[in-house]
Amino acid sequence: MSAPQRSSTPTALIVIAWLLVSIPLVYGLVRTIITAAPLFTGG
Amino acid sequence: MAVPGFLAREKIIAKPGFNRWLIPPAALAVHLCIGQAYATSVYKTALVEHFDASLTSIGVVFSIAIVMLGLSAAVFGTWVDRNGPRAAMFTAACFWSVGFLVGAAGIATNQLWLLYLGYGVLGGIGLGIGYISPVSTLIKWFPDRPGLATGMAIMGFGGGALIATPLSRQLMSFYDPAYDGTAATTPSGGAVAGLFVTLGLVYLAYMMFGAFIVRVPADGWVPDGFDPSTVKQKALVTTDSVSAANAIKTPQFWLLWVVLFCNVTAGIGILEQASPMIQDFFREGDASTVAAAAGAGFVGLLSLFNMAGRFVWSSTSDKIGRKPIYMVYLGVGLLLYVALATVGASATWLFVVLAAVIISFYGGGFATIPAYLRDLFGTFQVGAIHGRLLTAWSAAGVAGPLIVNGVLDTQGTPGELVAADYRIALFIMVGLLAVGFVANLLVKPVDAKWHEKKSATTTTPERSAAR
Repeated sequence: MSAPQRSSTPTALIVIAWLLVSIPLVYGLVRTIITAAPLFTGG
Repeated sequence: MAVPGFLAREKIIAKPGFNRWLIPPAALAVHLCIGQAYATSVYKTALVEHFDASLTSIGVVFSIAIVMLGLSAAVFGTWVDRNGPRAAMFTAACFWSVGFLVGAAGIATNQLWLLYLGYGVLGGIGLGIGYISPVSTLIKWFPDRPGLATGMAIMGFGGGALIATPLSRQLMSFYDPAYDGTAATTPSGGAVAGLFVTLGLVYLAYMMFGAFIVRVPADGWVPDGFDPSTVKQKALVTTDSVSAANAIKTPQFWLLWVVLFCNVTAGIGILEQASPMIQDFFREGDASTVAAAAGAGFVGLLSLFNMAGRFVWSSTSDKIGRKPIYMVYLGVGLLLYVALATVGASATWLFVVLAAVIISFYGGGFATIPAYLRDLFGTFQVGAIHGRLLTAWSAAGVAGPLIVNGVLDTQGTPGELVAADYRIALFIMVGLLAVGFVANLLVKPVDAKWHEKKSATTTTPERSAAR
């Protein structure tokens, strides 16, 4: 009986995939915090 | 309805050793794009001026999209479950992108009906299919942490607005240099059309990326170290399966429909009015102590908590259970609404904190519902059942603004309202949350007569080295 064929997901693909979704999210977070700052600074 | 071979479910069955942590970014790639639906206010005024139309007739575009979201999720849910996430994400990407392009044509040619057809109908179908496309796949990849998995994806829907709002402002000021990105200037219709074309193409690329990296686990796959029999030890959690057709015949489905409807309607009560609401709460004479710019910041802050609540509360539900977490969303939410109505106007920070926590519960309610459905009905057709349940969102999308705007219309003129004028609307939301709380309390395990026969849905478990 032969062992089942194994495949592994390239780590680089996982890193790239997470970066592609994280970068816009971080951009949105930073912009939102900048916009919300006057709420607390009274500016 | 058959799909081309490269989209078929059989083509994307993961081989042993596949790393399941590639699935959340695939789901996020879709949800971050369709979450743009929450950012429509950024060009609303521009469209009113461009079409010389009322705010209501422009607002209808968003309402059509949300109604189509619920309808398409309900109608195509079974198709999504049968054909898998790649076919669903691909289809959603096409509808969402073409929706923007047709909408852009409508703006460029001054045809409002084309905007309704494009962004409203076609985009709305893309929203519905896209929203449910990764949900059942994530639940199957993360049977040990379904709340965390769906929370991650549905967090993306909240995060989509965080990205689209500032990005839209920057793109519109690029297409119309006279627009400076603040409320003091309004972008031209041409700038909005340019924005629509750009977003349509960028979203198409992102969603296609998600479609092509997504995989489904082999039948019976379970992650290393996970024992399915431990799941059954929790109350309300089944290892049996209920079909979508049977699920809608159970009281549990309709109780959760009421829960979602009440939670969403109450949240929309604040989201819909966020910017004018904070200014009205702190109005002294003709002027408000909260500037318009700070009002916009408040909207952004709510988006942030809407997104964070989806991830944090849904993940928490894996630990404390679905029914208890909805008791928190609805019960604590109810108390917070009472506080908002009675003492919310005493300090800006208090108003912001109360509203932010309420909105985090609103987001949490959305993100936890797929895991609640999986607990009650099993994973067999959870995507289709989720799709049918999203009609509650459509109904709430109509009811929430109707209640708030209807009550405020009887209280005075926009721009002259004060905190007391919001009290009736807020107490209606308190009543709705009480109804939702009772509905959640009534949820019991599904009667065994609705379970599928074991042979139809079970296969031999297969273990993999997936992390």
